[in-house]
Amino acid sequence: MLSLTNSDANVAESHPMQSAVPRLPDLQLEPLNAAYAQAVSAKRRTTFIGLGVLAVLTILAGAVAEVRLDTFFQNLWRFFDYIGRIFTLDNGPSTGKFVLYDIREWMWGFDKWMKLLWETVLIAYVGTILGLIGGFILCFVSAGNLVPNPWVRNSAKRFLEVCRTVPEIVFALIFVVAFGLGPLPGVLAIAIHTLGALGKQFSEVAENIDMKPVDGIIASGGTWVEMVRFAVVPQVLSNFASYTLLRFEVNVRGAAVMGFVGAGGIGQDLVEAIRKFYYADVSAILVLIIATVMIIDLLTERLRHRLIGMEQR
Amino acid sequence: MSATRHPLVDAALNDRAALTARYPEVFNPPVWRRYRAGIIVIAMAALLGYGFYELQFNPARIWTGLGKLGEFIWFMVPPTTDTWARFFVYLHALAETVAIAFLGVLFAAIFAFPVGFLAAKNVIPNIVIHFLSRRFLDTIRGVDELIWALIWVSVVGLGPFAGVLALVCANFGTFGKLFSEAIEAADRKAIEGVTSTGGGLVAGVRFGLLPQVLPVIGGQVLYFFESNTRSATIIGIVGAGGIGLYLAEQIRVLEYQHVSALILMILVTVAMIDYVSTRLRFALIGREIGAPR
Repeated sequence: MLSLTNSDANVAESHPMQSAVPRLPDLQLEPLNAAYAQAVSAKRRTTFIGLGVLAVLTILAGAVAEVRLDTFFQNLWRFFDYIGRIFTLDNGPSTGKFVLYDIREWMWGFDKWMKLLWETVLIAYVGTILGLIGGFILCFVSAGNLVPNPWVRNSAKRFLEVCRTVPEIVFALIFVVAFGLGPLPGVLAIAIHTLGALGKQFSEVAENIDMKPVDGIIASGGTWVEMVRFAVVPQVLSNFASYTLLRFEVNVRGAAVMGFVGAGGIGQDLVEAIRKFYYADVSAILVLIIATVMIIDLLTERLRHRLIGMEQR
Repeated sequence: MSATRHPLVDAALNDRAALTARYPEVFNPPVWRRYRAGIIVIAMAALLGYGFYELQFNPARIWTGLGKLGEFIWFMVPPTTDTWARFFVYLHALAETVAIAFLGVLFAAIFAFPVGFLAAKNVIPNIVIHFLSRRFLDTIRGVDELIWALIWVSVVGLGPFAGVLALVCANFGTFGKLFSEAIEAADRKAIEGVTSTGGGLVAGVRFGLLPQVLPVIGGQVLYFFESNTRSATIIGIVGAGGIGLYLAEQIRVLEYQHVSALILMILVTVAMIDYVSTRLRFALIGREIGAPR
């Protein structure tokens, strides 16, 4: 199975079966083979132990999460049934037919839904911009190479961490109680989460800049703000724009579910359609959301590629 | 002034007319490029203003809302769960959340692994399969985990199991894309080496490709475990198990001390998982890149 070859001519005799391949003498080969077998078996042992630990953890997690495989397999057809049903018209003259059979009936609420989708995109946009402004200011404060005071830096970092770790929908829940129903709490929730996420990514970019321009501005007597403006910002701007576009894309997805808790956008109609079993509406709204997300994906990706191209030139 | 000036500057200034003629883009850029940054900023600001108007931002409402928010934060301290029994109820929900995240990531990775190969251009060079599998993954990815949770709740009923299935679906799309990108970024030479010694496609994938991509994939999966713990905290809002149920409930009944206690518990758990998964990730990468063992 294993043949250790050697280009040096210190090969004694070759085995009659494999005449062309030079072969080490058995005496030399044995310890090498033993070492190889030992290395392989050690690796196998670690892999098996790892898999064992993983299996135990899986069973444990399955018990905690109340996984019931029998009911799952008994009910699995329901899932495909559900998918089938949401793509079947359940109203009007062509009831029971595939949705594409009567698109006008399927997309009966098209104008209303497009308006809500536009609101969703606006929520994402305004939330992204507000978060961007906050993250832009805080990232320079939390960058280790720009702010030598560890107190200021660490409190900025912890603040960003809290903004990032608490899911935006939790913020939305709290804000809905404080500001009332509507898109406003959704925007604020997305803004806070964006602030935390962008602030961290931005400060990582700012920590990796070339420090020579910074030293130059400080040496010529510039203030901290001037240092950031003329030495840091030109280096990081294209990366920042790229991250912001990526975040905008994520936020559109996030804004689509803000309506689940009453914070504006298309989510309100979607959750209603799912809860009240308006099957065809579910698929219509989902298709519109997915199409919007894909278009925004494509646009931001092209913009990002152009930005990165600009940076390299 | 001119005494300290570098001689090159004087030379350049004397030659200015010729320089301008030679580099028109630098000295006379087109108008739109000169004002491009300004135009973009103004357009973005205009859209922002329109957004404020359209989304009914009015200062009075924001002001009262901020006042209320300040009150809530005041009511939030000190965080408490009142009784130990309640604390253990929350702790159990938290364990459920972590279990949901763990299973969601694990099974999504297992299912996405073969699909990742299918969607990778260098393994299956068929453009139709590539296109179809990529669009399929995009579609699944376009549906948020909360929507998946709602759908699975209507299929398997309320409870954490619906949450597991929702996270499996949501992660499946992401993992499929990430895995196929990792596979496409792999070095071809190792596969060619295996093929040149007579190995087939399967052997090439097993001995040429897998050793390259497994650490990358493992790292991504571990990274997602942490972010999924965060997602798993919220799917309870729609009844799919975990701590989100209690969080939404306590926010609605205005028990703010419980809310802050719950948020603290989530933050601590996420930080712990972040720590463990980062350690494991480094161990994984370190071991694969020729550590002494």
